[in-house]
Amino acid sequence: MAGKKSARAESHRDLLRQMLRVRRFEERCVELYSGEKIRGFMHLYIGEEAVAAGVCHALATDDVVVSTYREHGHALIRGVPASTIMAEMYGKVTGCSRGRGGSMHIFDVARRFYGGNAIVGGGLPLAIGLALADKLRDRNRLTVCFFGDGAMAEGEFHECLNLAALWRLPVLFACENNLYAMGTALAKSHAQTDLALRAAGYGVAAWQVDGMNVLAVADAATRAAEAIRAGAGPYFVELRTYRFRAHSMYDPDRYRSKEEIEQWKKRDPIDALVASMKAEREITNDDLAVLEKEISAEIDQAVAFAEQAPVEPVEDLSRFVYSETPLASGGARGGTVEAAS
Amino acid sequence: MSAATTTYREAMREAIREALRRDDRVFLMGEDVGAYGGCFAVSLGLLEEFGPERIRDTPLSEAAFVGASIGAALGGMRPIVEIMTVNFSLLALDQILNNAATLLHMSGGQLNVPLVIRMTTGAGRQLAAQHSHSLEGWYAHIPGLRILAPATIEDARNMLWPALEDPDPVLIFEHGSLYGMSGQPRPGPVDITSAALRRSGKDITLIAYGGTTGKALAAADALSAEGIEADVIDLRVLRPLDDATIVESVGNTHRAVIVDEGWRSGSLSAEIGTRIVEQAFYQLDAPIQRVCTAEVPVPYARHLEEAALPQVPSIVAAAREAVAS
Amino acid sequence: MNERAEFVMPSLGADMESGAVAEWLVKPGDRVRKGDVIAVIDTDKATIEVESFHTGTVESLLVGTGRRVPVGTALAVIVGTPPAAEPVSPEPVPARPLRKRARPRRPTPARLPTPNAPHVPSPVASPLVRHLAEQRGVDIARVRGTGPHGRVTRADVEHVEPPPQAKVSPRAKASPLARRLAAQFGVDLADVHGTGRAGAIRAQDVREAAERGAGPRPPEAVEEAARPPAEPVEVRAVPEADLERRREAMRQAIARAMAKSKREIPHYYLSATVDLTGALAWLRERNRDLPVSRRLLPAALLLKAAARAAAEVPRLNGFWVDDAFVPGKAVHLGVAISLKGGGLIAPALHDAARLAIEDLMAALKDLVSRARTGRLRGAEMTEATITVTNLGDQGVEAVHGVIYPPQVALVGFGKILDRPWAVDGLLGVRPLVTVTLAADHRATDGYTGGRFLGIVDRLLNQPETL
Repeated sequence: MAGKKSARAESHRDLLRQMLRVRRFEERCVELYSGEKIRGFMHLYIGEEAVAAGVCHALATDDVVVSTYREHGHALIRGVPASTIMAEMYGKVTGCSRGRGGSMHIFDVARRFYGGNAIVGGGLPLAIGLALADKLRDRNRLTVCFFGDGAMAEGEFHECLNLAALWRLPVLFACENNLYAMGTALAKSHAQTDLALRAAGYGVAAWQVDGMNVLAVADAATRAAEAIRAGAGPYFVELRTYRFRAHSMYDPDRYRSKEEIEQWKKRDPIDALVASMKAEREITNDDLAVLEKEISAEIDQAVAFAEQAPVEPVEDLSRFVYSETPLASGGARGGTVEAAS
Repeated sequence: MSAATTTYREAMREAIREALRRDDRVFLMGEDVGAYGGCFAVSLGLLEEFGPERIRDTPLSEAAFVGASIGAALGGMRPIVEIMTVNFSLLALDQILNNAATLLHMSGGQLNVPLVIRMTTGAGRQLAAQHSHSLEGWYAHIPGLRILAPATIEDARNMLWPALEDPDPVLIFEHGSLYGMSGQPRPGPVDITSAALRRSGKDITLIAYGGTTGKALAAADALSAEGIEADVIDLRVLRPLDDATIVESVGNTHRAVIVDEGWRSGSLSAEIGTRIVEQAFYQLDAPIQRVCTAEVPVPYARHLEEAALPQVPSIVAAAREAVAS
Repeated sequence: MNERAEFVMPSLGADMESGAVAEWLVKPGDRVRKGDVIAVIDTDKATIEVESFHTGTVESLLVGTGRRVPVGTALAVIVGTPPAAEPVSPEPVPARPLRKRARPRRPTPARLPTPNAPHVPSPVASPLVRHLAEQRGVDIARVRGTGPHGRVTRADVEHVEPPPQAKVSPRAKASPLARRLAAQFGVDLADVHGTGRAGAIRAQDVREAAERGAGPRPPEAVEEAARPPAEPVEVRAVPEADLERRREAMRQAIARAMAKSKREIPHYYLSATVDLTGALAWLRERNRDLPVSRRLLPAALLLKAAARAAAEVPRLNGFWVDDAFVPGKAVHLGVAISLKGGGLIAPALHDAARLAIEDLMAALKDLVSRARTGRLRGAEMTEATITVTNLGDQGVEAVHGVIYPPQVALVGFGKILDRPWAVDGLLGVRPLVTVTLAADHRATDGYTGGRFLGIVDRLLNQPETL
């Protein structure tokens, strides 16, 4: 049982575990949404798990993630506890954003998770700014910004790609191309649908990656991250993926055919990884059953936590509009957790 | 203790210079702040002194660089962003409203955004409709922001540092007609929480801010010659508003004229008027008067522009009306 | 010169036989001017503010509140003053002779000279004109409008001699601070002479009044303070038992009027189906840019078309009185309004044929809301020259109505329905409405009625001309 092979298997098991956690967590979310435990807009990541799992595989613990409103997966994989995410969606005070954010606004500064952002493209400028701060403070860190193909139609994308390239900022632009901006097909909103080509036009190194193959995603992300850390400036990866479910809960999915969805489901990234691991004898059915059981227990626990959590008292409605503690001269509190560095 | 004579522009530059020296997390970013020296020459010479990392020219990408300044603030920096003029700030409105003003609350108190955004506002320089807005009242609508309007050289010199110390985003609106104003600022700190009584009188309260403060003071001089003595309040802070100073003054004079270079409908003047009615109704001895910009896009021709804006005679006339009615 | 006149229980509708004073707004010694609302009258149908037709001083009140008396009963005596003292109308309008004679018998509505000098309780005037009137101390309710549709113009207001001195009305114009000080010092605002704009009382005025102490009230202040308010007086909440009694009385009144109609009026009925495709398209176009609150409803078009048609066919617009037809001087369009809790009332849209469509819409909304809150004015109850009933909201397809005597015609509109309809030999689905006419055969024949419906059809097909 040489080290290299076992390390590889271990890494595959970890990728599988992360994808499964996201899948099972969101399946439970559907149930809870239907039971009116979760409200508001809820966007599911089911089908796209390989993207989050693969990209995050390349990150160190103090790297930053800026995400979108479809961010449960990124948050879970970056270590935001399932319990605080679930409590957030329940609108409870023990939620990661004290019930003020909901499904689209998961924040966890301790895990350097800078949020879901409900404005398409709205997280991009934040990401380059976070990277700028790292660069100015000589911190060898990386910021990953997830966004969709829809965001590439926003002006902010183009401004940010240019700025990041101009200033050689340590940003990994992770474009989750699931082929639809809500209900509008890629070809209906972009004249040039080769998204990586367009990013390359800004002087940013850009690749297309099979977003349904978690190993390919992890490999590409790792190589990009290494280059960025070496000071090569920003990288762009276009991750070709597909969401199996509607844009938001219960959209009628009129804009794409059932056949198309079925075609993509045949490329389910979890099934694909399991198959290859079995072929490599890296996992058995028993192992899988154990894994499922562990994940199920984690989610049960999260639901129980959310169920019994208290809500924020209404008297505290207007808290956190302005900071409660002024910064001492020189800024003792600092922007979030940066004061010490 | 008397300081040397300086201009509003130089005072602002000196404030930025002081901040850059005091705190190495501070940097200035914006369009043409470096080699050009700033559209209004506020940052002239700073690039040479502090270098391109800290005096950072940006592309014409308001959403990106304002958003990046929010990200940098989250990352522990203390950015000062210069937006050339308030009208360009609309290109960054998404970032200011949806991120800067919102992140603290939306994250349940996890993310504060210690950011200062400076921009030029106001009309009066024949710059026509797209460069003559006074939209600070819009920004003052937004919870999560602090809005400052320095009207004096002293405030231009001294408001920036406390703004940088504020853990939340602060927007500073510099009226374009003030940059050349000269005087001797008193050194030392000022607060960024209260309005200032710039002149005392017993008959009427004139409420102004930024570019209209000087006009209100001139109007008060003219009124004094007629025997009408005015309190002149310089709001200084447009959000959160210092209700106490306003209410106290109106409690003494029982009459108020609000001068606002914004358009009247849905304006800051409307907000102030309503607060007076809410909090000092039984002190009022005359209807509140407002002097605002005519509800037209500000025109280019000098006589038309002058007619559109609050002017000393219109403030005097409103005050007379309040005293007579 | 000092003429004594009686203020009598007015007839506020053909079916009104008696009423009660719900509230007196004046007392003996008060000065009243023609047009001032001096009493609130409780009829079977509604509580209505009634104005004086005389200028002078109230000598005595003859009937207390709550007592039901027949129409025509003298309620008060007003000692008149010469017309020269009349401060408002440039050409003094003669008081209605009928009221002066105070005939004990109920007058028939046809004899009411309403079209002659229609009293418009709430005149149409722009804010500017209202402001001007206020500045000049002119009561706009008493200004005769010479503008389009009786609109009061700036010139009308300027021609009115302002009262000799700006005075304090009972709801004095006083600053909040002045009010607070007045309460604090125990000063009655009616005793204070205002020195602000338009006589507004300011703090200093109150302080001076307080220093003068409880001195004698200046005579004009007494007089002014006693004048009843110019604005309509809110109708008080009526106890449930009274409501029940009133509903019952209204039923009785409707019963009498309808029985009289069917007994005396030989009705004939005609109906026509009108294609509203063009009218509704025009309406959509028209409404596109209007805020929701100002959008026009199809009902406004239908009413306008009926009013215009009545103007073109004057034989259907008026009254049958003493075996003869008396034409109306203008089209005052009665609008049948059903009331919550039952009952029916048909107040008039004044001069509806000449109202612009937007104004008609606004007047209709106003009329309906006031009818339902019991705040109609006397003239509105009596002046209708033809009535329209629209039961389309109920899903009714056609209304064959009963004429409201002494009128001679009643127009009915049913529900606008999408139906198959042939145009130029092609069958299509079109929005249609059935228009009906119930007419008095003593006044007109079917030919006239048919012409009326033809005009309604034509007008609804040319909505832009409405």
